[in-house]
Amino acid sequence: MNTELQNAVIKFSGDSGDGMQLIGSLFTDTTAIMGNQIATFPDFPSEIRAPQGTVAGVSGYQINFGTSGVHSPGDAADVLIAMNPAALKANFTSIKDNCTIIIDSDTFTQKDLEKAGFENNPFEDGTLEQYQIIEAPITSLTKKAVSELGIDNKSADRCKNMFTLGIVFWLFSEPLDQTLQYLENKFKKNPIIGQANQLALHAGWNYALTIEAIKNSYTVPPAKKEAGVYRNITGNQATAWGFMAAAKKAGKNLFLGSYPITPATDIMQELTKQKWSGVKVFQAEDEIAGICSAIGASFAGELAITTTSGPGMALKTEAIGLAVMTELPLVIVNVQRGGPSTGLPTKTEQSDLMQAVWGRNGESPVVVIAASSPSDCFMWAYEASRIALEHMTPVVLLTESYLANGSEPWKIKKLSEMPEIHTRSYETIDKKWKPYQRDSETLARRWVVPGTKEMQHRIGGLEKDECTGCVSHNPQNHELMVDTRKDKVDRVAHSYPLQRVKGKNANKLLVVGWGGQFGILYGAVNELQSEGKNIALTHFNYIHPLPLNTAEIFEKFEKIIVCELNKGQFANYLRATLPQFEYIQYNKIQGQPFKIEELKVKFNEILEK
Amino acid sequence: MEDSSVQCVLKPKDYASDQEVKWCPGCGDYAILNAMQRTLAELQIPKEQVAIISGIGCSSRFPYYLDTFGFHTIHGRAAAIATGVKLANPDLRVWIASGDGDSLAIGGNHFIHAVRRNTDMNLLVFNNEIYGLTKGQYSPTSERGKITKSSPHGSLEAPFNIGEMVLGAQGQFFARVPDTDVKLMTQIFLEAEKYKGFAVIEILQNCVIFNDKTHTEITSKETKANNQLILEHGKPMLFGENNSKGLRLNGLQLEVVTIGENGVSINDILVHDAECKSNILHQMLIQMQLPEFPIALGVIRKNAEHTYDELFGKQITNEKEKSKYKDLDEFFTHGNVFTVNE
Repeated sequence: MNTELQNAVIKFSGDSGDGMQLIGSLFTDTTAIMGNQIATFPDFPSEIRAPQGTVAGVSGYQINFGTSGVHSPGDAADVLIAMNPAALKANFTSIKDNCTIIIDSDTFTQKDLEKAGFENNPFEDGTLEQYQIIEAPITSLTKKAVSELGIDNKSADRCKNMFTLGIVFWLFSEPLDQTLQYLENKFKKNPIIGQANQLALHAGWNYALTIEAIKNSYTVPPAKKEAGVYRNITGNQATAWGFMAAAKKAGKNLFLGSYPITPATDIMQELTKQKWSGVKVFQAEDEIAGICSAIGASFAGELAITTTSGPGMALKTEAIGLAVMTELPLVIVNVQRGGPSTGLPTKTEQSDLMQAVWGRNGESPVVVIAASSPSDCFMWAYEASRIALEHMTPVVLLTESYLANGSEPWKIKKLSEMPEIHTRSYETIDKKWKPYQRDSETLARRWVVPGTKEMQHRIGGLEKDECTGCVSHNPQNHELMVDTRKDKVDRVAHSYPLQRVKGKNANKLLVVGWGGQFGILYGAVNELQSEGKNIALTHFNYIHPLPLNTAEIFEKFEKIIVCELNKGQFANYLRATLPQFEYIQYNKIQGQPFKIEELKVKFNEILEK
Repeated sequence: MEDSSVQCVLKPKDYASDQEVKWCPGCGDYAILNAMQRTLAELQIPKEQVAIISGIGCSSRFPYYLDTFGFHTIHGRAAAIATGVKLANPDLRVWIASGDGDSLAIGGNHFIHAVRRNTDMNLLVFNNEIYGLTKGQYSPTSERGKITKSSPHGSLEAPFNIGEMVLGAQGQFFARVPDTDVKLMTQIFLEAEKYKGFAVIEILQNCVIFNDKTHTEITSKETKANNQLILEHGKPMLFGENNSKGLRLNGLQLEVVTIGENGVSINDILVHDAECKSNILHQMLIQMQLPEFPIALGVIRKNAEHTYDELFGKQITNEKEKSKYKDLDEFFTHGNVFTVNE
């Protein structure tokens, strides 16, 4: 029997060495190519190989794919793949009541159960009664499937993720071609391992087809999408590509100075592969040198960026101040993770907002913007670059672990479709020019770089004379410069589009979100709207300065609730900026994204008051 | 009538900016500024092609006084910022002005990595063995026992020898010069500017206010002949009145000998090889201390190596040449894409 579904949530879960991230992303690639809407959420420990078989070592990859209504990776799984008892234990709270659970029965020995912290055998004590359990001896069947190749035991064992993926492909009537092709390319230099993986994949598919335990398979028809060419893209990849596009469009080289840090490293790794397009990537000796080299490159005329995460951001603080003072274009990407300190390196959080907006010595305003989905990281990296180059200011781009590693289809943009970027570059001799003269509209100074004939000048971190840029300790001048730097950043809002609201006729409850939780907030609000509730969503990407019509939106609503993955940083920022409104908060700080259900419960509670 | 085809010759003073120089009267920094202007004029480097990057400290006011491009940055970070400048535009002549605190304390990490990478830039370390701008605290090059405002009972720390740091970080160019010898300083600056790679120049600089006369034993008229060994590539290592003394290798140790005594002739004296790949002898020269030995000055090490900026540029050129993609549009649509029709 084959049932058609609107959407399905699958969670691949196993030890951190079991290859769950790989089969998750391979399944994602196939569903993307088959035309589904998708949203994914990889969730893994920070240890590379945490103790085997323990809950702490469980690595998961969740995908929600469907025909419509896929706004988030989904609250709870329809299908759980548990490669061991720990994976089962770790996911109990996030699966649906009628969930289909596929387990590797070879790994459910008494010892394994104890390691995972099961006091009783869940197969015997009724814990699993309500679920459809498919007990497949995945490890042993994989070994049998590849035995003809005579490869060593360890290599054979490592093919079990492909066997599992074969089962899941059959279950959802998805083709194997994409994965077979991937394996062929991946193992070009070691074809026997490639062949073993392909055999395992086929064997898993055939096993699912043959056994009677699986009574039902599913089809998820393709989504109706805007016409165009698409590809599956992660947030970090989209961020990297957005900068490449901006540099090309601005006629500048892209320079990245960076230091590896989870979960931002992939941006650097992606860009360093793209030297063919002139991208310069400098892996510095530390976070500070990462941003400082970028400031040097900006001084010398490149589109300069640096990428990091919270703790690295802390180290870059002083240098951001230098970029503020010297009014050089610079983009600082903070892929937020759980904090404080080293915190939760692989988990998601939105708790660096205050750090981005206020976290420097002195009156030190910068532009802060935030991306809201994996694919729109492209656009926001582009926009951050535009603002930096046109307004001669540092721009902080906030993304989140949840976006960085998550993926979704991206409608590929042509360079010619992207907005123009008019840099403040100035290359002709102008004897009357002074380094801190400003454009009357934006207050941005000119970008005159070393090598420009007869335009030598000096800049630096000391306070500047408002015109000549020479060092000045004059009290009035300092106040004027502080005000001017603030005014310059405030004026950036004039280059933004207006803030929009989803739910035009509503006036009771306004849900306010920002950054990476958009899909989930939208999903929750959308569901309540279709139930006829008086609720709307306004989601912020432009954080500092706020869009000019923000107050106008807020004043239409009886109640405002600000939802964010921290203890209320955006809410407090709004209280400081627009104190005339009252803000209710909904906060979660568990290293995990929101769930649609929990949001709906909270919103309903307020609506019913 | 102006004729733009006539190349006007730049004199040292043409490289001075319009800013009033604000170092203390008698400060050793004036000599460094002087040598820098002479060097740029000697090489007739167009002013706009020079970028001088500095950190924080008295030394780091240097860029303000030269009519070139300049960037007075933050404490310790000049080398990192300069690296970005050079990678962005390898045609620029990048100089870094820094001090013993800026380069070896707060900027120590950037210093060793800049040396290791060997980017084609020149770093001037104004070594006055004290923190001047913060008014007199001991620095990483202050001798143990030094009484300063932050070490009223004597500093407890062993000092860095800057040359040893450079060699330890795989440095290929190191020179040392006192601020009293503008001629030698200019020669060294010229050599550093012509050298392709990261050149570190330690300037024994006198802080008249907080550490006056700290290098006097090396620099005073009375003692300098015996206390300075000015090294020249390919020349014997002679010093003292009338070059009567020299250095000889005795086993694995250097020793000071007098020519004509105990059968020592000029042929026994070591000949300086700055360009030797091995840095063992350079290290011995760098480590020489008074009173047993003279202080080694001049270009101590100058070994040709690949520069980071050159390799960095080559990788990009190679990748461009063999690229599969015509442009970004083609790149964005490579691999796994799918089309949704109207």
